[in-house]
Amino acid sequence: MADEEDEIILSELDDEDLVAQMHDDLYDGLKEEIEEATNILLERGWEPYRVLTEALVSGMKVVGDDFRDGILFVPEVLLAANAMKAGMAILKPLLAETGAPKVGKMVIGTVKGDIHDIGKNLVSMMMEGAGFEVVDLGINNPVENYIETAEKEDADIIGMSALLTTTMPYMKIVIDTLIAEGKRDKYIVLVGGAPLNEEFGRAIGADAYCRDAAVAVETAKEFMARKHNQMAV
Amino acid sequence: MTQDALSRLLEENDWLMADGATGTTLFNMGLTSGDAPEMWNVEEPDKIRALYKGAVDAGSDIFLTNSFGGTAARLKLHNAQDRVHELNRIAAELGREVADKAGRTVVVAGSMGPTGEIMEPMGPLTFERAVEMFHEQAEGLKAGGADVLWVETISAGDEYRAAARAAELAGMPWCGTMSFDTAGRTMMGLTSAELAALVETLPNPPIGYGANCGVGASDLLRTVLGFVASGSERPIIAKGNAGIPKYVHGHIHYDGTPELMADYAVLARDCGARIIGGCCGTTPDHLVAMRAALETRPRSDAKPTLDEIVARLGAFSSASDGTGDDGAGAVRERRGRRRRD
Repeated sequence: MADEEDEIILSELDDEDLVAQMHDDLYDGLKEEIEEATNILLERGWEPYRVLTEALVSGMKVVGDDFRDGILFVPEVLLAANAMKAGMAILKPLLAETGAPKVGKMVIGTVKGDIHDIGKNLVSMMMEGAGFEVVDLGINNPVENYIETAEKEDADIIGMSALLTTTMPYMKIVIDTLIAEGKRDKYIVLVGGAPLNEEFGRAIGADAYCRDAAVAVETAKEFMARKHNQMAV
Repeated sequence: MTQDALSRLLEENDWLMADGATGTTLFNMGLTSGDAPEMWNVEEPDKIRALYKGAVDAGSDIFLTNSFGGTAARLKLHNAQDRVHELNRIAAELGREVADKAGRTVVVAGSMGPTGEIMEPMGPLTFERAVEMFHEQAEGLKAGGADVLWVETISAGDEYRAAARAAELAGMPWCGTMSFDTAGRTMMGLTSAELAALVETLPNPPIGYGANCGVGASDLLRTVLGFVASGSERPIIAKGNAGIPKYVHGHIHYDGTPELMADYAVLARDCGARIIGGCCGTTPDHLVAMRAALETRPRSDAKPTLDEIVARLGAFSSASDGTGDDGAGAVRERRGRRRRD
């Protein structure tokens, strides 16, 4: 614990220190501090997109890495994601106004027959924490839910989750339907869930299997970067 | 107050054997994924009797009722949130019926699994609501004749406390285990030492506490050694999975053989567990082998080392169990934390 004299006045920090402080405050899940600092950076004339990427998203990367490495656990990650979302709420309308590039949009749900949603909820929160827009389909989704929503929302990513070995094969049905309808290449398909592994992900034709929520975020970012590069060519 | 059946058995015996898998067994009986196993208490009572009888015939002293997902939070997913009392009561009644025909004392343990919701401040579930839901379930299990409540697969300290409070409100003795599946800790980050300490802070501590499910049998025993190292005198429960689930030709397969689970059971006892059972993938065949091994193999003088556990049961899933100074909790270069008044 810091002493009283360690009190930091956010508005007195220069940009570099303030951003570093925001990374720490995200790590500690301090929502009000993140809101305050987000507003300070905006007042100093930072582009909303720069606040998002340099202050919030890169701060959440540290959280994600430490979660992956077993240093942070779910409670800390959820608090960090909540703090991030509070900053994001301030930025969101401004990002839309300024036509800033979007991080990406994901449609996510557990597959038909599967009602276990904790893993899916964690991925959803961490994706939002990383700046993605997430459309949560909830549990027990037939193939139409994924495809219709992805089209309607103009999503970049379809995420499917299953906890049971008896439900995971349904992921292949969704992917096969995308192929049959000629839509497979429009979407990045990510799959996850306790009984899955990389081999299964490959076998059913997903773009990637994601071991946990932190890996899901990293993988989504990688694929979005590739997608943007392709568009630029 | 008359002593409950579990405490009595613990006084009379060095160790007790609990049951094996519920989910695995029910899927083998034709349960469809997506359906609530608890519905079978009403729709397929003979299959539930067969599930219980499988454990009793294999020599279990304790078996868990088919009520793991019996809180309103879980049953809501099947639009059965109004049937909490009924489904739990019948789960226990069927258990009572099987146990009372056993010809020896068999403990009917009313299974209570997690709500599946995330508690405040991280999530929306309040402590009061969690207590309310567990209490509703506990009353159903009590009405059906359960001897004890059996809280299992919990990952959050507050959820464990809420279940304890529910047991207190229902006036029932209870046991409670957590699932240590994330680098030696629970999903919410609790270590074995932290659970051992938490248990002693409760106004109505459980008869026994411990670990269930998680990763494999090896990890589970490392967790048991963590409980023992905390110096707790309270009976420790070990309910490990029969190996690690593998996806083979479209079907789940646990790689733990009956022979491996027999080794696991003896090692669990020698580590210091008093109540030993299996979890996912553990069939009556495994239980028969476990019972035979517990009865015939002499207790070792020394506690098994981590190396012995690995040699007999296979590698751990993570380098550390999160209790030491190594790995987890590594110090990050931190700026001064901002204090708020």
